Amino acid sequence: MKTCLLVDDSRVIRKVARRILEDLGYEIAEASDGLEALAWCRAAMPDVILLDWNMPVMNGLEFLRTLRAEPGGEEPRVVFCTVESHPDRIREALAAGATEYIMKPFDGDIIAAKFEMAGLT
Amino acid sequence: MSPEDIQLVVALCKARAGLKIDPTKTYLMESRLAPLARREGYNSVEDLIAGLKLRREEPLIWALVEAMTLNETAFFRDRAAFDQLRDDILPTLTRMRGPEPIRIWSAACATGQEAYSVAMIAEEAQGLEPGARIDIYGSDIAERCLEKAQSGLYTQFEVQRGLPIRQLVRHFDKIEDNWQLSPRIRQRVRWRRINLAADLSAVGRFDVILARHVLTALDDGIRRRILESLAAALPADGFLMLDTEVSPQDLTDAFRPVSDRMGLFARNPSFRAAA
Repeated sequence: MKTCLLVDDSRVIRKVARRILEDLGYEIAEASDGLEALAWCRAAMPDVILLDWNMPVMNGLEFLRTLRAEPGGEEPRVVFCTVESHPDRIREALAAGATEYIMKPFDGDIIAAKFEMAGLT
Repeated sequence: MSPEDIQLVVALCKARAGLKIDPTKTYLMESRLAPLARREGYNSVEDLIAGLKLRREEPLIWALVEAMTLNETAFFRDRAAFDQLRDDILPTLTRMRGPEPIRIWSAACATGQEAYSVAMIAEEAQGLEPGARIDIYGSDIAERCLEKAQSGLYTQFEVQRGLPIRQLVRHFDKIEDNWQLSPRIRQRVRWRRINLAADLSAVGRFDVILARHVLTALDDGIRRRILESLAAALPADGFLMLDTEVSPQDLTDAFRPVSDRMGLFARNPSFRAAA
């Protein structure tokens, strides 16, 4: 079973995303900020990370840059899932190593479509 | 809606566009016709039909038929078909045609996502013959769909269904909460209103015709006629791309499947003689 790390400071968003991703067949882990997500990744690299941008402690972009510089950190597909929708922000995320990008609000169809585009289904 | 109203809608859709409407799905008719009734200033779908019976105005009849058509579409819907177009069909055709333009027709393009997906592929295509030209045409029966297609303006929800993020930032501009295709991509597609159920003999010649997710909604006899008209519009080395729910061989001998590729067909060599 593939693993997905959900990184979002909103418990509600994590709950909604967990339900969608479990239906897609993923085993889920959760983190509420970038630092907590790094700890998860250092313990066991997930197959995919669904990543919010704006979070306390360490935001999504900082997390992604740190992750990609770590040994094995280039492996997980990282799908941003954020309210940030300015093209410059999207380019910044892609340059930092994001695989795909979802602009909130999202639904199950969008997550399934984006995971497919990221080569995950 | 009364049984008589339902029969009228079913009959008009079949006569004008070959559309197969299930008369038992009253809720579907009402949900599709309610926005038209509001737009036309009627209080209800029943009033709309009563007005239509009274005045029999052609624009209103067509607006009703258009409202009953399926507009479900997405960028790069059924991705494998577009991969095939990019990696296989376009390089083959440009090699064969040289400087002659390759003409591609998205034959029931709804709000334009299919035609624009082809345009993005053509824009990004690598390894095509130098000087290769690809002309893209999009057509639909519904004027309102074509207006949207021409604007190239899509909601955030629409661009997230099927469109990879790199193509979004490469080809679209953000306009408030929506996304608009760049003038460069928009200019690659020419739009035309075409009713596939009408006479297609003057439609022209195309190297690739996409008629996906349209034929299943049509009456069997009209489907066969459309397929034969599309065969007549294709050269011997052209391709017809269908969705996987349609098997043209069950309706006509105009097409043969291209090897084992799902949804890809070529004109039967014998078809011309039979036509």
